[in-house]
Amino acid sequence: MSNSQTIPASASPTASSATTGHLAFAPAVFWQWLAGPVWLLAALVTWKLPDRDDFPDTGQFAFLLFAVGLCLLALTAIGRLRERAPWALVLGLGLGAWEVMQAKFLLLPRPFFGTPQDLLDVFLTDWKRLGDSLLHSLLLLVIGYVSGSVLGIITGVALGRSHHIRYWVRPIMRLIGPLPPVALLPLTFVIFPSTRLAGEVLMALAAGFPVAVLTWSGVSAVDHAYYDVARTMGAGDRFLVLRVALPAATPQIFVGLFMGLGASFAMLVVAEMLGVKSGLGFYMQWAQGWAAYPNMYAALIVMSLMCTTLMTLLFKLRDHCLKWQKNGLKW
Amino acid sequence: MVTSSQPVPPLGLTLSHLSHSYEMPSGARSVLDDVSLDVEPGEFIALIGPSGCGKSTLLRLVAGLETPDTGTLLADGASITGPDPSRIIMFQDPTLYPWRTVHSNISLGLDIRGEKNPEAVAAAIRLVGLEEFSRAWPHQLSGGMAQRVALARALINSPRMLLLDEPLGKLDSLTRLAMQTKLYRLWKSQGFTALMVTHDVEEALLLASRVIVFSPRPARILADIHVDWPEPRHREDPRLQSLRAHILEQLETGISPLATA
Ligand SMILES: Nc1ncnc2c1ncn2[C@@H]1O[C@H](COP(=O)(O)OP(=O)(O)OP(=O)(O)O)[C@@H](O)[C@H]1O
Ligand SMILES: [Mg+2]
Repeated sequence: MSNSQTIPASASPTASSATTGHLAFAPAVFWQWLAGPVWLLAALVTWKLPDRDDFPDTGQFAFLLFAVGLCLLALTAIGRLRERAPWALVLGLGLGAWEVMQAKFLLLPRPFFGTPQDLLDVFLTDWKRLGDSLLHSLLLLVIGYVSGSVLGIITGVALGRSHHIRYWVRPIMRLIGPLPPVALLPLTFVIFPSTRLAGEVLMALAAGFPVAVLTWSGVSAVDHAYYDVARTMGAGDRFLVLRVALPAATPQIFVGLFMGLGASFAMLVVAEMLGVKSGLGFYMQWAQGWAAYPNMYAALIVMSLMCTTLMTLLFKLRDHCLKWQKNGLKW
Repeated sequence: MVTSSQPVPPLGLTLSHLSHSYEMPSGARSVLDDVSLDVEPGEFIALIGPSGCGKSTLLRLVAGLETPDTGTLLADGASITGPDPSRIIMFQDPTLYPWRTVHSNISLGLDIRGEKNPEAVAAAIRLVGLEEFSRAWPHQLSGGMAQRVALARALINSPRMLLLDEPLGKLDSLTRLAMQTKLYRLWKSQGFTALMVTHDVEEALLLASRVIVFSPRPARILADIHVDWPEPRHREDPRLQSLRAHILEQLETGISPLATA
C-alpha cells in the first residue's frame, strides 16, 4: 500500500490507486523513498572508506547514520515522512559530504573544522558536563525570565491603572529602562553576594522591562466601554483588572514576553561568559580557551536547541491564550 | 433569569432638571439642558431625537456611569450614585469581550456576581436564537448577531430597569421585526421598566407606552407623547400613522410646544 502514499496523504490511506490499477510516477513518493537510502549510503561510505587520520568514533557515527536511515525507511513505509522528506534527504547528503570532505580527504584546515565524528565524540564522552551546563543555563534563564515577566506584568498593569504608581514609577522606568541590562553587569556582580543571583537579577531586568512597557501600553489601550459593561453589572476593581484589563491586554503582553525572552537569551550568554561559573556560555568560553572546537560547536548546538524549544513553548502558550484571535504568526 | 419569567419589581425613575456637559479642548460642550422626566415603574419609554443630541448620554447618567453637572436622578426615590445591576444598560455598540465565547459573554453578569445558572444562560441564548453559536468567538459573528448577544447578556441580569441604546439598530428588517416582538413579550412578562433609544419612530410607537422627543443638542424634551391605545398594535393603524407623521415633523422643525396625543 505504501506506493499509494503521496505527500498530502490523509490519515486513512485508501486503496484507490490499487483499484484503479494504474501506478503513475509521483515525484513526491520518489523523494520519500530516497531519503532513507541516502543515509544508508552515507553510513556505508563512513564505514568502508578509510579515515585520513586517527579520528574517534567512526564506527559509532556510521552506525548512527545507518540507524537513522532505517528509521526514515520505516517512516516512509507507514507514510509519516511526507513533507519532511526533502529535509531528511538533504541532511543525509550534507552529513555524508561533510564526512567525505573532512574525515576521508581532510580538505579543510583543522582544528577549526572538525569531522562529524569529532562532534559525535563530544556528545558521547562529555554528555555529562554538557547536560549539567544545560541544566544550569536553563535554571538561570527560567528563574530570571519567569520572575522578571511576572514582575513586569504586575508593574505594567499598575502603571496602566493607577495615577500614583505612574507618577512614581514612570521616571524610574524611563531612567533605567533604555539602559542595556548588560551595562549593569559589573555593578550587579559587586552588589549581589553571588554571581548566580546577580545573573538572575540581570535576566529578570532584561525580561521585565519590555514586558512591563508592553503590558502598560496594552492596559492603557483597553476600550473604556469594556469597563463600563462590567461596571453596570456590578464588577469591582478586582474583576476589572484581572478579568477585563488583563485579557484585553494579552496580545500586547505576549509581544513583550517574546521581546523579553530574546533579551534574556542574550543576557544569559553574556552573564555566563563574564561571571557565572557554570552553564553553556561558561562551557563555550572554556572550550574556546582550550581550543576544543568540537566542544564549542556541541555547546552551540545544545544552546540553539534550548532557545528554540523555549521559543516554541512560548508560542504554544500564546496560541493557547489567544485562541480567540483571528490569526497569528506561525512559528 | 430569562426562562423562569418571574416578574421583577420594576424600578421607577425621577429625573429633575438634569444638565450635563463634556469638557472639550474648546470649552464645555453642553449636551443635556434641563431635562426633567418622571418614569412610572414598568413603563416602556422610547427616546427619540436627532443624532448626537445626547440620548446615549442620558442613558449613561441613568446607568450611573456618569454624574450630571446639575440636577438629580432618583431610582425608586433613592439617589443614583453609581452603576448597579438592577439598572442594566445595553450599549449602542455590542462591546462583546473578544476573549470570551458567545456563551461566556452572555454569562458575564453571573460571573461578576459569582452566580452559577447554566439554564438561564441556555435560555438567554435560545431567546436570541444563537444556539448554534454558543461556542463561537465574537469575531465570528455578524453585526446583528453580536447585538443579539449583547441583548442576551443584558437580560441575564434580570434587571429591574433595562436601558436600551438602539438595541435593534444593526438588525435586518426581518430579524428586527421578530426581535421587536420578543422584546415586547419580554417586557410584558418580566415587567421591567424600559428606556429605549431608537431612530425608528414606527418602532417606538409599536412598543412604547410613551415616546419622548428630544431637540438637537443640547437635548431638551420637545414632546412627551402617551401612546395609550391598546395592544396589539399594527403599523397600518391610522392613529399610529398620523402620530408618526406628527413626530417626524417635530424632529424636522426641532421646535414645538409640549404635546400629548
Ligand atoms: N465622552 C465624551 N466626551 C466629549 N463629548 C462627548 C462624549 N460623549 C458624547 N459626547 C458628545 O455629546 C453629544 C451627545 O452624544 P450622545 O452619544 O449622547 O448622542 P446620541 O444622541 O446618542 O447620538 P446618536 O443617536 O448618534 O447615538 C455629541 O455631540 C458627542 O459628540
Ligand atoms: Mg447614541
